[in-house]
Amino acid sequence: MGLLSDPNRRRALISMLTRLNAPICMLCYCAGVCWFMGLAFEPFTLRTYMSENAMGSTMVEERFPAGERALATAREFAAHKKKVGGMPVDWLVKTMQARGLEVFTQSFSRVLPFPDENKERYIVKGTNVYGILRAPRAPRTEALVLSAPCSPGDNNNQAVGLLLGLAHYFRNQIYWAKDIIFLVNEHDLIGMQAWLEGYHHTNTTGMKWTPLQGRGGSIQAALSLELSSDVITSLDIVLEGLNGQLPNLDLANLFYAFCQKIGVLCTIQGRLQRNDWDSVSGYSHAVQTMMLMVMKQASGRPWGDHGLFLRYHIEAATISGINSFRQYKTDLTTTGRLVEGMYRKLNNLLERLHQSYFFYLMPSLTHFVSIGYYMPAFGLLAVILLLRALDLWVQLVAPPARTEDGIAEIEQSSPGVRSVLTPLIISHLTGAALYLMPVHFQEMAVEHFPVSETEAVVLTAIAVYTAGLALPHNTHRLVSGEGTEQGWRVLKLVAVLYLAVLLGCTALINFSLGFILALTMVPVAAFVTPDVPKVLSAIVFVILSPACTLLFSVFLFQELQDMPVSLQDGWMLYISVISQGILDHYLFGSLVYPLIALMVYPCWLLFWNILFWK
Amino acid sequence: MAAPLTLLLIVAVTIRAVLYRSSLAELIAERVEVVSPITAWKRVIEGLALLDLGVSPYSGDVFHETPLIIYLFHFLVDYAEITFMLADVITAVALYFAVRDYNKKVFRKQKFALEADRYPHDCLELIRRPKEMFYIPLKVAMFYLLNPFTILSCVAKSTCGLNNAVISLFILTTIKGNVLLSAVFLCLATYQSIYPLTLCAPAMLYLMQHQFIPVNFRRVSFWWFVTQYLFMFLGSLLVLTCLSFFLLGSWDYMSSVYGFILSVPDLTPNIGLFWYFFAEMFEHFRLFFLCVFQINVFFYTIPLSIKLKEHPVFLMFMQLAVISIFKSYPTVGDTALYLAFLPVWGHLHRFLRNIFLVSCVLLACSALFPVLWHLWIYAGSANSNFYYAITLLFNVAQILLVSDYFYAFLRREHHLTSGLYLKKKDGSEATLVLK
Repeated sequence: MGLLSDPNRRRALISMLTRLNAPICMLCYCAGVCWFMGLAFEPFTLRTYMSENAMGSTMVEERFPAGERALATAREFAAHKKKVGGMPVDWLVKTMQARGLEVFTQSFSRVLPFPDENKERYIVKGTNVYGILRAPRAPRTEALVLSAPCSPGDNNNQAVGLLLGLAHYFRNQIYWAKDIIFLVNEHDLIGMQAWLEGYHHTNTTGMKWTPLQGRGGSIQAALSLELSSDVITSLDIVLEGLNGQLPNLDLANLFYAFCQKIGVLCTIQGRLQRNDWDSVSGYSHAVQTMMLMVMKQASGRPWGDHGLFLRYHIEAATISGINSFRQYKTDLTTTGRLVEGMYRKLNNLLERLHQSYFFYLMPSLTHFVSIGYYMPAFGLLAVILLLRALDLWVQLVAPPARTEDGIAEIEQSSPGVRSVLTPLIISHLTGAALYLMPVHFQEMAVEHFPVSETEAVVLTAIAVYTAGLALPHNTHRLVSGEGTEQGWRVLKLVAVLYLAVLLGCTALINFSLGFILALTMVPVAAFVTPDVPKVLSAIVFVILSPACTLLFSVFLFQELQDMPVSLQDGWMLYISVISQGILDHYLFGSLVYPLIALMVYPCWLLFWNILFWK
Repeated sequence: MAAPLTLLLIVAVTIRAVLYRSSLAELIAERVEVVSPITAWKRVIEGLALLDLGVSPYSGDVFHETPLIIYLFHFLVDYAEITFMLADVITAVALYFAVRDYNKKVFRKQKFALEADRYPHDCLELIRRPKEMFYIPLKVAMFYLLNPFTILSCVAKSTCGLNNAVISLFILTTIKGNVLLSAVFLCLATYQSIYPLTLCAPAMLYLMQHQFIPVNFRRVSFWWFVTQYLFMFLGSLLVLTCLSFFLLGSWDYMSSVYGFILSVPDLTPNIGLFWYFFAEMFEHFRLFFLCVFQINVFFYTIPLSIKLKEHPVFLMFMQLAVISIFKSYPTVGDTALYLAFLPVWGHLHRFLRNIFLVSCVLLACSALFPVLWHLWIYAGSANSNFYYAITLLFNVAQILLVSDYFYAFLRREHHLTSGLYLKKKDGSEATLVLK
């Protein structure tokens, strides 16, 4: 407490912090970026290990024999799917019943706020079919879910075949202590959303679905299968869920352990792991893998059908088979044995998965970075904002100590309040417009411009966003008085603290999003004053604004996935990414779009306001 | 000054009325930071339902408010929203008039001291001016009514708002110098939540100052006044408890209200310090630490009363803060009450040392409460330690805030007696260090 009470030491510390403010800020920024890049360096990361006792030492044998039969079922399913031209509900019900499951169906319908051009759907109607294998060994209070999506075209037939094959095989085993629910969902995430809402009796997004007729115990874990070929070369695990939520790390460990045991190549972000961490290419491989995870997490979308389970506190992952040009192929029997092994271990669980980490980044499947290691990277960026705030505070407090009469002081402070409140309110109203207008004014936009609904939504969003840039001039017209020197300092103090709290909260829920936003917004926030050259800094400002961050992220993401795009395609992709983000919000309740529109963008506008302070 | 106050009241009531109509109201009423097991409106409704069925409202361990509250809402349940808005308005208006009177008194005292030439000459910049004091009552009302904490508390229909109204009426009557009403309102506040009992000391100090009775243990007039006040206080307490007994026909409420407050059986997380500590503790230490924690709330009365016996209103502020930090089921509504007093001590700003740090921490904590709650309860990825860490930080910041004001107050008093620019013996500039 010496620092808080000893005036001399305080004064020394504060004077040092204000004198060296800019260098310290630069140093913190560089240190934060370096720290982040260092996270992927293997000696700095931890090796994954199984924390859950129930899954660690217990031996299980995988004996699933019926890969060929599963393939035959898959072909039959494909034929029926083609015949019906959608989900063959009757056939699925019959087949599941023949395998001894309790079978139920759930139908759902949903009208999207605007047409989804990526998946070409607007009014969605579908049916989920699920069968419950009742646990013979325990009181059926807990359940596991295995799901496979019924996708359009020829995709994922093998996944459904394997699911049915496993159901048949599991039915004949006696060791199940948890109900196992086999779910085939239509229209991927929309069907999954309907089923999960039905299962948990909630309705968060206003979707229409029929109530579930049968249910098992509380779901402990779930896997979603995606297989589109008869043989595979490697298996990929997808962890990123809604709002950047991740399943417990033990689920990834379990997957890795079985891949090792059975001898299947396994990847994360579609990347194999390499052993040469000490070479440059090995390190850059790890960085790229981690960056892919960061970008996927930051997007806040569910990257597989498992993504929505996480919201209900259910650990879930998607396992997808990849068939590339490698020599060595794995057949469906082996994949089935892997899934069987994972379910047997999950069956042994005594409590929910909670032993291992929930906050992590993975530079490879065997190494992870936990929250304690990656948070300092963000903390170093956030501390810049606090230092700037301290500096501003010292500047603001200093003059009144020198003035002789209190009158001048009062006159200075009263425009301060008004000059803060007006921009604050106006920029938030702009944010609210950005949130509400695109979806509610799409019809009007379609009437007046020759664009499709989806384009109308995205272009309206971009238009509102750009219109916000004209604000500073209008704000000043509203505030009749001229902005004072004191005024912008107060505004900046408020804006900097606002940004710090905002980014801090974001980083706690979704580290990646918080970090990416901090990376671009902190430099702007730290060094903006009305005195810097206007044109140049305005350009820098726009380049570092949230919308441009998204644009760069799109290009970077494509680059990282080894699918570089041209400018033209990149722009199209950018538009589709925005429309997907808005759809995710309305369909599944993803929070990224409202966060950006209602909080981050207004906060950025405040800094824009300071730049054009008169 | 009536016009700005009216405008303020209209704005405040409008905000609340709008929020009552929005979908946020339900969400807010569930927040643990805003409602405690005692003050939750849901529980009051449950108690009312039990009462209507002819069952004791205290059966079933859900309802923990006092019998008077339940009978109040027995008649007013359809007008609950208006009642809570009215409670906030009463609090604000009472604080407004109390602070106005107090400021008048402070100013008069300062004038006498100036005329008697009691202040050192370099202290003129510490003298308070009527111009800056003019807006303080309005600012106090504004700080209370527009404080997000108060608004949340009111929208959640937390009965904490009613307690605040009673306490502020007590403050008003005390500052007006009405002994009987002061004792009655203090008794009502005590009846509601025990802890305001500690406000007894500042009230008596203030009233004695008002009636020019010296605080001296050897004087008969002192003891006579204390007896009088305590008699009125205990008498009305007796009346209240008996009234409650006759209303319900049983003493159930004693254990269910006061036992509940004192023995802390409900460990639902809140912004206080009790829940985590007692959830972690071995059962056989429980009683001991319970005593320690509860004595902690009351204990500060003695040293603070000795130190601040000349300044009972500041003492009152300190006590309110201590209660709201250390009570067993604190909510943000309690915090809002003492935060409303901050403008009264606006002249201490030049002596505050950590105000920037503390306000940043309080701001960050208020934002982090819901985030960490979400991570812990909904996402399941964080755990109770995360939430408690923020609780702890929030309380540390509050303590720092209060002790900072305490220090600043004492320092100003010190300067007023010994000069603003202190010199060391060798003539260099001296600094005051609190150790």
